[in-house]
Amino acid sequence: MLEILLDATVRAGTPILFATLGAIINERAGIINLGIEGLMLIGALSGFAATFSSGSLLLGVVSAFVAAFIAGSIHALITVQLRGNQIVSGLALTMFGIGVTALFGRGVVGQTIDGFERHAVPLLSQLPVVGKAFFNQNGLIYFSFLLVAFIWFFFYHTRWGLNLRTIGENPAAADACGIAVNRYRFLAVACGSGLVGIGGAYLSLASTPMWIENMTAGRGWIAVALVIFASWSSVRALFGAYLFGGITAMQLRFQAMGTTVSAHVLQMLPYVFTIVVLVISTIRLQKGASQQPENLGLPYDREDRK
Amino acid sequence: MPKLLQLQHIRKTFPGVVALDDVSFSIAAGEIHTLLGENGAGKSTLMNVLTGFYAPDSGSLQLDGQSVRFSSPRDSLALGIGMVHQHFMLVAAHSVLENILVALQGVPLLFPRRQLRSKIEQTIDEFGIDLDLDAPVWQLSIGAQQWIELIKLLMRDCRLLILDEPTAVLTPQEADKLFQVLQRLKQQGKSIIFISHKMREVMEISDRVTILKKGRSVTTLEAGEFNQNKLAALMIGGDKIPEWQKSLPFSDELVLEIENLAVRNDRGLADLDNFNLQLKKGEILGIAGIAGNGQKALAEALTGLTRVESGRVLAAGEDITRSCARSSYIAGIAHIPEDRKAIGIVPDLSLDENLILKNFRAKRFRHGVFQSRSAIRNNAIEKVDQFAIKAGPQGSPVRLLSGGNIQKVIIARELSEQPVVLIALYPTRGLDIGSAEYVHKVIAEGAGNGMSTILISEDLDELYKICDRIAVIFRGRLIGYVDPANASREQIGLMMSGEVSA
Ligand SMILES: Nc1ncnc2c1ncn2[C@@H]1O[C@H](COP(=O)(O)OP(=O)(O)OP(=O)(O)O)[C@@H](O)[C@H]1O
Ligand SMILES: [Mg+2]
Repeated sequence: MLEILLDATVRAGTPILFATLGAIINERAGIINLGIEGLMLIGALSGFAATFSSGSLLLGVVSAFVAAFIAGSIHALITVQLRGNQIVSGLALTMFGIGVTALFGRGVVGQTIDGFERHAVPLLSQLPVVGKAFFNQNGLIYFSFLLVAFIWFFFYHTRWGLNLRTIGENPAAADACGIAVNRYRFLAVACGSGLVGIGGAYLSLASTPMWIENMTAGRGWIAVALVIFASWSSVRALFGAYLFGGITAMQLRFQAMGTTVSAHVLQMLPYVFTIVVLVISTIRLQKGASQQPENLGLPYDREDRK
Repeated sequence: MPKLLQLQHIRKTFPGVVALDDVSFSIAAGEIHTLLGENGAGKSTLMNVLTGFYAPDSGSLQLDGQSVRFSSPRDSLALGIGMVHQHFMLVAAHSVLENILVALQGVPLLFPRRQLRSKIEQTIDEFGIDLDLDAPVWQLSIGAQQWIELIKLLMRDCRLLILDEPTAVLTPQEADKLFQVLQRLKQQGKSIIFISHKMREVMEISDRVTILKKGRSVTTLEAGEFNQNKLAALMIGGDKIPEWQKSLPFSDELVLEIENLAVRNDRGLADLDNFNLQLKKGEILGIAGIAGNGQKALAEALTGLTRVESGRVLAAGEDITRSCARSSYIAGIAHIPEDRKAIGIVPDLSLDENLILKNFRAKRFRHGVFQSRSAIRNNAIEKVDQFAIKAGPQGSPVRLLSGGNIQKVIIARELSEQPVVLIALYPTRGLDIGSAEYVHKVIAEGAGNGMSTILISEDLDELYKICDRIAVIFRGRLIGYVDPANASREQIGLMMSGEVSA
């Protein structure tokens, strides 16, 4: 029972994990990205379409990354180069993602592909309780583990990571050190968006190997909230995403057991949870535990005084 | 001497402000060149043009005789020009180590942490300063932050080092240490541009001095051609330095009594420990001490900005120990804080609004529930004139003002409601000589009208000049009072280092 629940938790949490990691990379560079929901949809559709026409799952994942990278570049262009309003640009990106995928997705509605399959990791998958849930999964899930570790290492042990964190905190300080602020910011937004796209592709290539209009169902917004819960750390993002995945898994389980509680109420649970999480983490933020990059949301203009 | 860098007819404007009108000057290899000018004359702007932060509207730059254009600080760094900015370029949330690491050149992608760390520690030791590499910057004093900036610059290999008011926040002893380093760099053939309002320092260190006035370079003088008076005269031009006299002896009436005050800081260490102080009506009481011995905690405890652990503060006999900042103000305490950008102003509000932050409820600024725009504007016009604030276009955010002018805004606001007690931390830091003198005058006149002042300063000259009594603080305790009329500097110096009591 616990094993099954854990397994479902990891599967439901992974798309949100990718999206949260992508959003963290954006925000560490100081750029708020509210386009996560739209980027996930773009990733989901382009991933599905590429796999459907080529038969290759790898190609699907790569196209999801590339498509979301390109869409994210629009946000980067507006917010970094043109110093536009990050909130407005991000919301527009979400609207764009919903609309454009609904339009171009019509051609593949109802089609199916062979999605990602489980591959057990020798030895590790034999571990009691956690073995099956974490090490008898598909390739994308293993990739997400590596990504969490890699991002942590990148931020805290590489020069590029330190540069990026400095930019998010105080771009003028980074600029004074000769760091190319806009180039870093642009790449962070675009690459982060690409990862969000992979989160979307997880839905259409692994969760339910098909394209359904608006299939993200608000997961992008949950990722935006989890960034705060995770206080901009990739490792804590893993916990946040699985917490959300766990609640999703549980409510599905309740439905399957046939409780008398309405399915609508149960489906609401993960979102209610998100609100609770936001309240708690905001209170923590105010208590000074803030990890929020100091210049988050502010455009950088070298000639402006701060 | 060969010219390293030459600037010709530099002009830089911002919306509504001509920051630099027409500036030309040159820097030779191996010289220390001082820039002198009033607050808002354009010194920092000029340095920002030199490092590629600001693109000039017109004018040319030549390095080694070659015409150059910097489109970013990256370009100027590549050619060996480094700078310490007047407003620090530090990440408050990062550790000291991270702040220095990010500024190092030629570091491999994966940091060899241990090796870099020992290199940094070595540099810190050379200066004989005390810096905890793992402490986050927001916990550190302004003086320590200045050292981080200096170390960042010195660890880079620069041919031209620009220091924008580095000594404003250093103690005289620290400034001397810095000057030794600068002399050593000069001997190695490096060039240094130095900015300071302290004449004693300018005289001590400069090979040449260029004077800037209202965005124009007035003249450049060689060592031997100038003395303090001549420089001051050139700098302020026709303007007069305000004159004032020490007020009459103060009365015996106590306005503020501090009994056994204890305050702990963020790290749980005692900032103030069993501290006692008495302030009398109309008195200017100086607090002398080496930075970090509890001065900031004292000011914050008195203004209700920090929690008092134990002890009492009595204002005219009333206990105000636990009142919040607002009620302290109502009790008549004004505060000129040390960290002016952080708690002195609201950076995005205009000058007019910043001037009434504390007394916006006063009748004269209101029509019922509405603000009276004209009264607020007139108040600003009056203050700008009185304190010679160089203001930008009307309504523009106050953060755009020069460092010294921001300081003047704070002082003007704090002194506007005739406070009973003024707590001033380093009030003349970063002010040009005329403005510093004016602030002294206002404080002295206030004392004549019964205002009592606690003046926290590291500058013994300043304390000697205007204080009636000087209290010496060391490790959060009061060491004793001295009378500036008959105490020697050596005596105070020994007390400041805790070696003798009064
Ligand atoms: N980024 C900016 N935007 C708008 N105005 C600016 C900007 N930078 C400087 N100024 C204006 O240019 C003028 C010169 O300022 P600057 O900071 O160069 O003076 P300063 O000589 O360094 O004075 P201080 O001694 O007070 O530091 C000021 O009036 C200031 O308001
Ligand atoms: Mg300046």
